[in-house]
Amino acid sequence: MMRTVIKGKTWKLGDDINTDLILPGPYLTMRDTEQMMQHVLEGAIPRFAEKIRKGEIIVAGKNFGSGSSREIAPLLLKRLGVGAVVAESFARIFFRNAINIGLPVIECKDISEKIKSGDVLEINLETGTIKNVSRKENYAGTRLPKFLLEIIEAGGALKRLRQSAQ
Amino acid sequence: MPDLHSGGRGFKSRPVHFANWKVEIYSQNNNYSQKNGDVTEVGMTIAEKILTAHSPKQRAVAGEFVEAKVDWAMVHEELGTPNGVAHLFESLGYEKVWNPKRIVALLDHWVPAPSVDAAEIHKTCRQFVKKYGVSNWFDMNAGICHQIMPEQGFVCPGELIVGTDSHTTTYGALGAFSTGVGATDMTVVFATGKLWFKVPETIKYTISGKLPKFISGKDIILRILKEIGTDGAVYKAIEYYGHTVKQLSIDGRMTICNMGVEAGAKAAIVPPDQKTTRYVKARTKRAYKIVKADKDAEYIEKRDLEISNLEPQVAKPPTPANSVPVTEVENTPIDEAFIGSCTGGRLEDLAVAAKLLKGKKTAKNVRFIVIPASYEIFLEAEKKGIIRTILEAGGIIESPTCGPCTGGHLGLLAADETAIATVSRNFVGRMGSPKAKVYLASAATVAASALKGKITNPNTLG
Repeated sequence: MMRTVIKGKTWKLGDDINTDLILPGPYLTMRDTEQMMQHVLEGAIPRFAEKIRKGEIIVAGKNFGSGSSREIAPLLLKRLGVGAVVAESFARIFFRNAINIGLPVIECKDISEKIKSGDVLEINLETGTIKNVSRKENYAGTRLPKFLLEIIEAGGALKRLRQSAQ
Repeated sequence: MPDLHSGGRGFKSRPVHFANWKVEIYSQNNNYSQKNGDVTEVGMTIAEKILTAHSPKQRAVAGEFVEAKVDWAMVHEELGTPNGVAHLFESLGYEKVWNPKRIVALLDHWVPAPSVDAAEIHKTCRQFVKKYGVSNWFDMNAGICHQIMPEQGFVCPGELIVGTDSHTTTYGALGAFSTGVGATDMTVVFATGKLWFKVPETIKYTISGKLPKFISGKDIILRILKEIGTDGAVYKAIEYYGHTVKQLSIDGRMTICNMGVEAGAKAAIVPPDQKTTRYVKARTKRAYKIVKADKDAEYIEKRDLEISNLEPQVAKPPTPANSVPVTEVENTPIDEAFIGSCTGGRLEDLAVAAKLLKGKKTAKNVRFIVIPASYEIFLEAEKKGIIRTILEAGGIIESPTCGPCTGGHLGLLAADETAIATVSRNFVGRMGSPKAKVYLASAATVAASALKGKITNPNTLG
């Protein structure tokens, strides 16, 4: 079951963080997910995999997750411990994949202008509100439709499918 | 050829009378909405009509969610990756897939397997299709999914298609609604044949002007990406209209639809015309319905592009939207020139390259690599003498696969190297080292650059 409130320190990235940056193509065939994880976002933040701590939040500009449909991109972020991704907008396949595998994603207008890397955010998925604990500010993110929240609450699309089949 | 006539559950189609193909076939779905007390009929876009027709709703417009039955599900190696569709589907414990005849599975990214890891992925794919009776299976002698799907008759106008590849938008070139999904969504389709969709808003792009010499679909889409940016069509569909689009071959249309996703588009669609029906009828006898937009369809945005004076376009790294006229980057030295991929390895691309290369030698400092997008294209190019011309010019020809485009194999780049390629993406690390640079261009511009060893305007040669 996923937590509906996520609190963590932020890592700020720019616009157009594409799936080739999240996991470059040359590592796609690797069978060892642990090994793959070492290369996540290495083109944007060197040694990101060593630096990220469980529950920390990625904040980005527009079009996060653009490019390939590789579901391994949100899956590796989740496995590295990323608690949520907040971005001004998401590429649609990444957005679906993230929800489907249970990585919370939330849109928030101008978020990258509002926060500094390292700020602590508290995100309420149900209401879509984002509290900046470091700056004592609140931002309104886009609320997810009910049925998507249900997928997240079920722990992913396949768990939801199993529930509905029972 | 697979049996294409045995439709799955709920896929009964009635024959279409081609003489009447302009008729609004789904007009019976249009209902009436009340605005300010007046009853007005509101027109629908192609995306709205196709998603409505595949859902239980009488009418689904932009912004609504629908659960739609898909006509075709395409999977490549994402079937066999460690966290891929086969693994997820097995974890569900279903005995059967929803309809094995409506799944198309193939290998294209790493063909033939360049590593043990890739070989394991292929093995998993082969085992899965055998176990679940997926007869539309293409092993290593077929080609890239986005060429195989239309070429082998798996795409008809009006159909709803999902694929585990972002460039699945390609099939809009034949008037289908097709889009990319991840492994979990595909697993849901394998299990149920259905998927939820948010009906997208649509951008209407009208392209006019006579195609100048050496200008192709690639130049047009690079120019469009420059105008609307990498997120210009996120969550939206694009419909392409205009005299230029009519002039474009099906190959060219596939390129502008394929790279619609580089602006984030959910679907990119060319309304079917006689070129479409000619192409489709040569490849399948399956009945289909032409879907066109209503004249008063509501668009989120309307844009026009005039291309009579368009120069060949080159997208500088690191995004496909970073395009400039070739003259702005002319003489940039290159180490590799690559013609291939699902957006630049079709017969038209190979033919224009051969025209420029005929009787000439490529520069000694350049690795010139050509990969036809499918075996059909490979054979046709061989018949036309294109293959010989490329070889005599000093090119290397590989068998159909995505190759270096996805960073897999057959021509990756080392740090500080530069390539010009007909591929779809020039992202950091896409084709090899994160320190390499990739410029995107048409096959004509890539061939001209291969000859000179630096980025070259094909118009200066031909």
